Amino acid sequence: MQLLNTLLIGITAGSIYALMAIAFVLVWRSTRVVNFAQAGMALLSTYFGYEAVSRIGSFWVALPVAMIGGALFAALVELILMRLLVKHASSGPIAGVAPIIATLGLLGVIRSVVSMIWGGQDLRIVAPISNNGFTINGSTLVFSPLKLLILVVVAVLLIMLTILFQKTNLGLALRASAHAPEIARLSGVRVDAVRTLGWALAGAAGAVAGLFQTVNGNGNISPDSIEFSLLLVSGFIAAVVGGLDSLLGAVLGGLFLGIAISFVLMYISGGLFFITPFVILLLVLFIRPQGIIGVKAGRRA
Amino acid sequence: MSLNVSNLTVHHGAICAVNQVSLAVPTGKLAAIIGSNGAGKTTLLRALSGLNKPTSGVVNWMGETITGVKPEKLVRMGISHVSEGKSVIPELTVRENLELGAIWRKDGKEMKESLDQVVNIFPRLGERITQRSDTLSGGERQMLAIGRAIMSKPKLLLLDEPSLGLAPLVVEQIFQTIRDLTTQMRLTVLLVEQNAMGALKIADLGIVLNLGKVVAVDHAQALIQDPAVRAAYLGY
Amino acid sequence: MHKNKKESTHLPLFILGGVVLYFLSGIVDELRVYQGASIAVFVIAISSIILLTGYSGQVSLGHGALMAVGAYAAAVLRIEFNAPIILCFVGAVLAAAVGGALLGAAAARLSGPYLAGTTLALAVGLPSLANQFAVLGGEQGLGFDVGFPPLSLGEDFTQYKWFFWIAGLAALISIWSVRNILNSAFGRSWRAGRGNEVAAQLAGINTARSKVLAFTISAGIAGLAGALLAMTIGTVSPSAFPLALSFSLLTGAVLSGITTLGGVIIGAVVLVAIPEIADVVAHRLGSSESVTTNLPGLIVSGLLILTVLFVPNGPVEQHRARKAKHEAVHNSSKK
Repeated sequence: MQLLNTLLIGITAGSIYALMAIAFVLVWRSTRVVNFAQAGMALLSTYFGYEAVSRIGSFWVALPVAMIGGALFAALVELILMRLLVKHASSGPIAGVAPIIATLGLLGVIRSVVSMIWGGQDLRIVAPISNNGFTINGSTLVFSPLKLLILVVVAVLLIMLTILFQKTNLGLALRASAHAPEIARLSGVRVDAVRTLGWALAGAAGAVAGLFQTVNGNGNISPDSIEFSLLLVSGFIAAVVGGLDSLLGAVLGGLFLGIAISFVLMYISGGLFFITPFVILLLVLFIRPQGIIGVKAGRRA
Repeated sequence: MSLNVSNLTVHHGAICAVNQVSLAVPTGKLAAIIGSNGAGKTTLLRALSGLNKPTSGVVNWMGETITGVKPEKLVRMGISHVSEGKSVIPELTVRENLELGAIWRKDGKEMKESLDQVVNIFPRLGERITQRSDTLSGGERQMLAIGRAIMSKPKLLLLDEPSLGLAPLVVEQIFQTIRDLTTQMRLTVLLVEQNAMGALKIADLGIVLNLGKVVAVDHAQALIQDPAVRAAYLGY
Repeated sequence: MHKNKKESTHLPLFILGGVVLYFLSGIVDELRVYQGASIAVFVIAISSIILLTGYSGQVSLGHGALMAVGAYAAAVLRIEFNAPIILCFVGAVLAAAVGGALLGAAAARLSGPYLAGTTLALAVGLPSLANQFAVLGGEQGLGFDVGFPPLSLGEDFTQYKWFFWIAGLAALISIWSVRNILNSAFGRSWRAGRGNEVAAQLAGINTARSKVLAFTISAGIAGLAGALLAMTIGTVSPSAFPLALSFSLLTGAVLSGITTLGGVIIGAVVLVAIPEIADVVAHRLGSSESVTTNLPGLIVSGLLILTVLFVPNGPVEQHRARKAKHEAVHNSSKK
């Protein structure tokens, strides 16, 4: 029974990491940048959702509001920050590390501003459906309607995004713009607009991750929370574990990470919570550097 | 004259790569642009297709001024540029690379027709249509690049050194295909080449560039006979 | 072809030397002396980042964790073995260097965002590990006491002056050492690897080994900074080495000019000055508490973005480049 519960906890947490990982992969696949500010944007979108809930009272309204807000904010960041980056910092020794540093700076800015506006208050978002476990034969599973909802949403998003990328012209444009922007331009693709779209999609995915992370926990939103730090690190690690180029890999990576952490916590020690993602990352990078799905092309960014 | 270039100057940082170049190419003709390395040929093409912004000068295409217009827009006006080197996206399949060429065209049926047309011209691509493009040989990649350009239904085709790095037999094939395409599809073509002889043999018009300036313009056949050109670029 | 750029730190060394004397002379009040010690600590930490990121091209977000390793090593040596202070610091350097070597071995296979993300995970994970081991003091941490200044320095030599004296001396030695390392064959091989790894390998440079070496040395220096930080605070605990610290170091390095040692003091001063400036600004604006607590973080992060966008190679390098360009234009117009 404990085994099953551990597994279920891991799967649920993992599916939220998967959402975050999807956001990372979306940005990577469309612009070849790792957006370290992704979790910060997710946090901001969660607050958008909170504002919506506190005014309108329905989680189901908060979800699209957060997604749209997240998408718009992400698009704005791409329009301003990323374009400036390309213009000013494309050459010289700083070129490789500049996007990394810029997105880290952005993370710090978002976190500070969010703390300034909403910090210090005890804000909560209440889950829309029950988070009480299903009961089977008298004993309660950790699995609840809410957790089931999360899994379903992640699966649906994964399918929709995969179809978008592989089967549509827009997806082709997104991929071409990431791999070879010049060729894409010469083929008539509006590369700038396409990249912004990639970021917007990622912003929306991150928003969903943030919201679910909040309601799946105790409903508390806070920039200093453990959940936030975890989202930050785990999303990235899940994406890497899955192979940064693959949406399916992101989901698998997220699930794997979630389950692994859950088992470590249950069977080894609770205090290893924070170091486990790091160890898993190292293991993956040593054993299978291209990630679960990735193609062996070398881990050069 | 469908393509008219007047006093075009393009800089690469502080260096003047294209210096007051003027040329005119009639509709449906193939113009070979030859010259040694660093003559400014590639920069010239990049300025024509909108990748590089010219410092001064005017470019006219079909009566419209297109100087400095972005490549995304120029493609829609019928200008296709096959750039030098790897003009193929290796991570995408052959089919996807081709579809990319037609991506801005809204008509799905037309796209299918164009795809069939390209496969007809390059049967090897048809055989490999579902394969990733990094599995193709050098010659096949060049065919794919040209095929992709054709998918956008161009009227002006800019080709940058298509023969680079290819085996002589393949080079012959490619040149012949380019000549056939020009005639059959009534394209206007600018062919930049290091392989001066091969290019001039299939061209109607020849333009010689040296250090960013035009030093000779004539019928291709005349240039082949010209002793100065022969000595400098044709090796005899 | 321009001649090999030798790391010139005569100016910063002189400034540092001057600053040390100034602070010790008794003109400056105690708060400033304490801040001086903090500046010295940051100078050391930032130089470790410059070595790693600026020269070797590897981005590390985990140097806060490496500082923690050094700090804990120093504290444990002091408490468990009552080691003399010098040995504590040496132990800090060695312990952190070992950590750096391990990290470097892992890092040699990674680049760019993968490396950044891995070190990020380390920065989040490592300090919390200290809670697991009782000898490391758990959540409250360990105390680290360097003792009183020797009586030979006179009665007026305060505790803070003693901190500053130790930290300042360590900073001078570190900068001098780092400069020499950067100007040596190691430094050149790092620069080569950073520019074009394949070319470097073809030139016979074992890039993997040189990357590990860069990490090891950089970590050792960070460990020293960590131990000195512990000295100024008086304790070592996980909360002293949060993720924000690693970010601050990166910011300081970018502000200084990540590819050159020359501007390292600028970054250090800015990092120490920001909390104070932020405080003043917040008070002027009469802001709420949430604004005051978060303003320093906002300024630091904002500065990071602005710097990497507009002065990406740092003010010193920017100035040098502008001068060189000016000379080139001037020379060409003479022809």
